[in-house]
Amino acid sequence: MNVSPLGIGAAPLASPIPAQRCPVSSGQLLTACRLAWENGGQLVTLWGSDERDRERGFCLRVLLADTDGLTLLEHTLPDAEARYPDLSPIFPAANRMQRANFDILGVQCDADDQRPWLWQAAWPIDQFPLRRDFEVSPKWEPGEEDYAFVRVSGDGVHEIAVGPVHAGIIEPGHFRFQVVGEKVLRLEERLGYVHKGIEKRFETFSLAEGYRLAGRVSGDSTVAYAWAYAQAAEAIAGITVPPRAASLRALCLERERIANHLGDLGYLGNDGGFAFGLSQFSRLKEDVLRLNGQAFGHRFLMDVVVPGGVAADLAPDTASAIRKQSRELARELRVLRDIYDEHAGLQDRFRSCGQVSRELALKLGITGLPARASGVPQDLRCDFPVEPYAALDVRRATREDGDVAARVAVRFDEVVESLRLTEALLDVMPEGHIASSFPLAPADRFALGIVEAWRGPVVIALESGPEGAIRRCHPHDPSWQNWPVLEHAVIGNIVPDFPLINKSFNLSYSGHDL
Amino acid sequence: MLHILRQIARTGIKTEPRPSPAAETVVVARLQEEILRTLGRALTIRQVDAGSCNGCELEIHALGNPYYNLEGLGIKFVASPRHADMLLVTGPVSKHMAIALKRTYDATPDPKLVVAVGDCGCTGGIFGESYATCGRVANVIPVDVAIPGCPPTPTALLQGILAAITTAAPQPERVEPALPE
Repeated sequence: MNVSPLGIGAAPLASPIPAQRCPVSSGQLLTACRLAWENGGQLVTLWGSDERDRERGFCLRVLLADTDGLTLLEHTLPDAEARYPDLSPIFPAANRMQRANFDILGVQCDADDQRPWLWQAAWPIDQFPLRRDFEVSPKWEPGEEDYAFVRVSGDGVHEIAVGPVHAGIIEPGHFRFQVVGEKVLRLEERLGYVHKGIEKRFETFSLAEGYRLAGRVSGDSTVAYAWAYAQAAEAIAGITVPPRAASLRALCLERERIANHLGDLGYLGNDGGFAFGLSQFSRLKEDVLRLNGQAFGHRFLMDVVVPGGVAADLAPDTASAIRKQSRELARELRVLRDIYDEHAGLQDRFRSCGQVSRELALKLGITGLPARASGVPQDLRCDFPVEPYAALDVRRATREDGDVAARVAVRFDEVVESLRLTEALLDVMPEGHIASSFPLAPADRFALGIVEAWRGPVVIALESGPEGAIRRCHPHDPSWQNWPVLEHAVIGNIVPDFPLINKSFNLSYSGHDL
Repeated sequence: MLHILRQIARTGIKTEPRPSPAAETVVVARLQEEILRTLGRALTIRQVDAGSCNGCELEIHALGNPYYNLEGLGIKFVASPRHADMLLVTGPVSKHMAIALKRTYDATPDPKLVVAVGDCGCTGGIFGESYATCGRVANVIPVDVAIPGCPPTPTALLQGILAAITTAAPQPERVEPALPE
């Protein structure tokens, strides 16, 4: 994004893809966001930090993305009383991020919607965990909060409340449906149930060790988070990773994508009333997990990506086992895809269900896999390929329809592509070391990490403190953007289709609630 | 339809055979037999995610795949705590889930078993106790068996479930919650 017409200075920013940082006034913040929006840019994430120990009040950070790369707008608020402009009229996804930022940092935005978002009465509402003078009191007991849901009234309208404990084996969250008959008029989500204080927790870790926590922000995306964290930590420490480590990271990331997509394809079949699909795909997923365990010592590849490289090397015999499995999976997938495509009952459930048009998708700032299913062809592996993706020429999967069927089709295409990438990576796997040693990193450095996880782009914004400590770490999950899209996707559908639509997005609660 | 039948026939039965050379499958086979002997018929489980990173949920899901075939053993996940014999709880228990977890526990009919899953469920794990988490599951509701692991493998989960239902198995001391009601 070219910020010079706005009279804003830009400095380079340490990031695996092109990025700049710009200090902005509150007026410039608003104009820069508007300019970005007019040129097709999107909001990636918004967060803040307490800088009072540096006598700079609070810093609000807004990360934008466009075809040029990333732009980080940094706005200084002199004290806790200062407010910043509401960005949600430009980027609707900003609404929840602004509310969350107040809940944990106490920096307020000039918006009409001042409801809490992550806060649910676990700590006093006037105490803010991310402030440096925050102290936990043993007297605090979890309380109960009365959240102001938006209600629809009228003849025959009623409300269905679901959660936080759901019927299936899924994460907790609350859904409030306003329905007439079977038809959903409105869905409102209430999240924050699995808020674990991850951002505060990061401050107790060293830069060298923080990857373990990053890998547990959302367990199903552990490779992506650990890699994004490693990118940021390596940029701060000023080290590069050996080529073999980069290739092994990509191999792990693609296997994470394969495993998750296979699982989702099974559950999508199951939620469409086709249990055969679940049996078949969960069998294939288990095959992938078992081989992960053999190859890298962990079924979900947790703690394999570490700052400096990877923690486990790939033995020649497991490499050939992965190659064999990739071919076998590709064959199985062709058979199962034909079965899904030809199954009239399943297609009847999938098609035109939970539709998100391209126009709506762009307006809401959708990202990742559901974006590609709604004709918004973003994929970091293609748009800004980092090593080793540049040489692999990743084919992006896109669909135009934006319904459950499109999100199923994108998953099928992406598994096929990831299987091809797996083989391509093994074909040209560099020899050599798997890790550089991670030194004591300098203090007060700031860097970004960003990785295209199976859900979408995962971001880590990392700042170092003295003696190799973490001063601030902000992880961002693409679910932040896509949870509000789900609310729109279900409008006009019937209540029994909600589980199917929800599954077709399969968003993270833990990655969102932090 | 023909494709489906052909795929089913080609896939065959994947549930692990009892005698098997691989170490992992031996354990599973023994567990299956013991679970069947102890239960005779059925065990119903209500799973509660009380704050996990969702890693444990992935392995609990895996229990249902054809290899472990939990339902084939008569063990079933149910949609309501009122239908459950056992609560399978992942943690750390976030402060925001503490009330929901206690209510779920109260809604489960006696006699009931509670199995805490994962390093976080056992000790609070990497998230520990903080302004946002109560730590281990036993800090909030009484726990019969705790299964460590990050996340525990499906085999470890089966072993833990067995430990909870086998009266002959040495029972860990029942830990009472530290938090007031």
